[in-house]
Amino acid sequence: MSRQWSEHLLLWTLRGLAMVAGCIILLIGAFLAVESVPALREVGLGRFFSDTSWHPSGGVEAGSFNFAPMAAGTLAVTSGAVLLATPLGIGSALFCHFYAPRGLGVAFRRLVELLAGIPSVVYGIWGLVVLIPLIRQWQPPGQSLLAGILVLTIMILPTVALLTESSLRAVPRSYLQGAAALGLSRWATVWGVVLPAARSGIVTAVLLATGRAIGETMAVLMVMGNIVQVPTSVFDPVRALTANIALEMGYAMDAHRSALFVSGLMLLAMVVVLVAMSVWASERSRYA
Amino acid sequence: MPDPSVSPLPSLSEHRVDWPDRAVASLVWLVALLVTGSLLWIVGDLARHGAPELSWSFLTDSPRDAGRAGGILPVVVSTLMILGICLAVSLPMDVGTAIFLAEFTRTGGLLAHFVRRSLDVLAGVPSIVFGLFGNAFFSIYLGMGFSILSGGLTLACMVLPILIRSTEEGFRSVPDEYRKAAAALGLSQPATLWQILLPVATPGLVVGLILGVGRALAETAALLFTSGYVARMPSSVLDSGRTLSIHIYDLAMNVPGGESNAYTTALVLITLLLMINVLTFWIADRWLHRGITHR
Repeated sequence: MSRQWSEHLLLWTLRGLAMVAGCIILLIGAFLAVESVPALREVGLGRFFSDTSWHPSGGVEAGSFNFAPMAAGTLAVTSGAVLLATPLGIGSALFCHFYAPRGLGVAFRRLVELLAGIPSVVYGIWGLVVLIPLIRQWQPPGQSLLAGILVLTIMILPTVALLTESSLRAVPRSYLQGAAALGLSRWATVWGVVLPAARSGIVTAVLLATGRAIGETMAVLMVMGNIVQVPTSVFDPVRALTANIALEMGYAMDAHRSALFVSGLMLLAMVVVLVAMSVWASERSRYA
Repeated sequence: MPDPSVSPLPSLSEHRVDWPDRAVASLVWLVALLVTGSLLWIVGDLARHGAPELSWSFLTDSPRDAGRAGGILPVVVSTLMILGICLAVSLPMDVGTAIFLAEFTRTGGLLAHFVRRSLDVLAGVPSIVFGLFGNAFFSIYLGMGFSILSGGLTLACMVLPILIRSTEEGFRSVPDEYRKAAAALGLSQPATLWQILLPVATPGLVVGLILGVGRALAETAALLFTSGYVARMPSSVLDSGRTLSIHIYDLAMNVPGGESNAYTTALVLITLLLMINVLTFWIADRWLHRGITHR
């Protein structure tokens, strides 16, 4: 084998592998789209939001296909968790970097990394066995939007904390030295210098955590009670879009199955938008 | 106390208490305590509920009575088979793509840009969407049915971005002198890759591998409709088999009275993941941060 030939072979093999890796996401999008077509064509996008209820097993004519309560469930649990996890995550990152004694900060970071590695099904069983009975004592039935928000908060907190922490670390040392030379207090340095400098990193962290919250399935499925309704209080049981797929894929047929793929496509679209926004945020900071 | 109007420089003794900083500091400490408390609560609860049932026979018995009694041996075997298929497929793709991205692209290359962006998106795809895709593509379109093979391939798609990110990092950490020296010696590109770059970049690959294994072991939603629920001992990769995490889910949600064994299985899973986690730190500390010149 001549040398030039072997180098060509190598280059094209690598290009081929990279191409395949890059095309997986297109394949996923394509398959979700193809499986969604029957529902989109026969049921139509409008009915997913205007039908009276979610009873999809009746077929195209007799069934009803209203996603809105589940979309509301996903929206409610995601926004609740993100609202709680953002301050907690940023606080954790600040603790690591500015407020903890040196050794403790490193140990705390490890601890948050451990929290990030716990499988969602383990959070789910903890919520089911520990958290739900506690909420039930306070406000029955216990399986509720609140349980989902709390479990999801603990789950996405490490994402916010770890990504914020790494963007805090990327703040140039000279900024801190400048702040120290001006005699700024610790809080004035953090609020006036560090957080503005790390802003785009923090935005990226929150966006990625939001994506994680939207897509989370198992924990949400196990603690929220899975009743299809628009929640009126945090103690109401609700069903998220992801939980709906997990619950019904096992027996869904025809239009029903296709409708589930439509909801999968919706989830995928939301995540693509969030990832695009986070890429945009981090690129803007690089060229700023 | 000296009058401040007399001395323009404040002395240390009259250093004022900075109330906003104090307030924020106590808030931040509170957050840290809260986070630590939650972790201890979850892990402590797991140990308390799970430990009493944990024994050697739990690992070596088959589940009985829908999992309420007996052990988890077939579940462990299925988990390892799914993990094996996942890695057998994703590792070659990982190494090839990472080498391409780190060594064969210039900034602004179109293919590299496309691959990077799609991997970013792939990393964010929810696991239940992987499940839908795996069901439609591997199980039905390619006719693999509910099988360990189809579950393993679905997981391979899922862990690929994690593997590639870390392996590429490993290749980028190789100093340029190595490439120049290899070129000066007249080594061919394949030889440079195999004999110089790959050995030096191995730590990055191993860290990615361990992170990927951790993610794969934790996964449930992507496997519900690809590898399925069956708790029997699998006889081939075309059999359905449940992983540890699916076993936990099934016992907790669908089997009344299954909580106790669900907790014990969760303890096994967490112990496994903790060991993997410690291994990552160990490798990262010992191996990655040691200068390659010491080799």
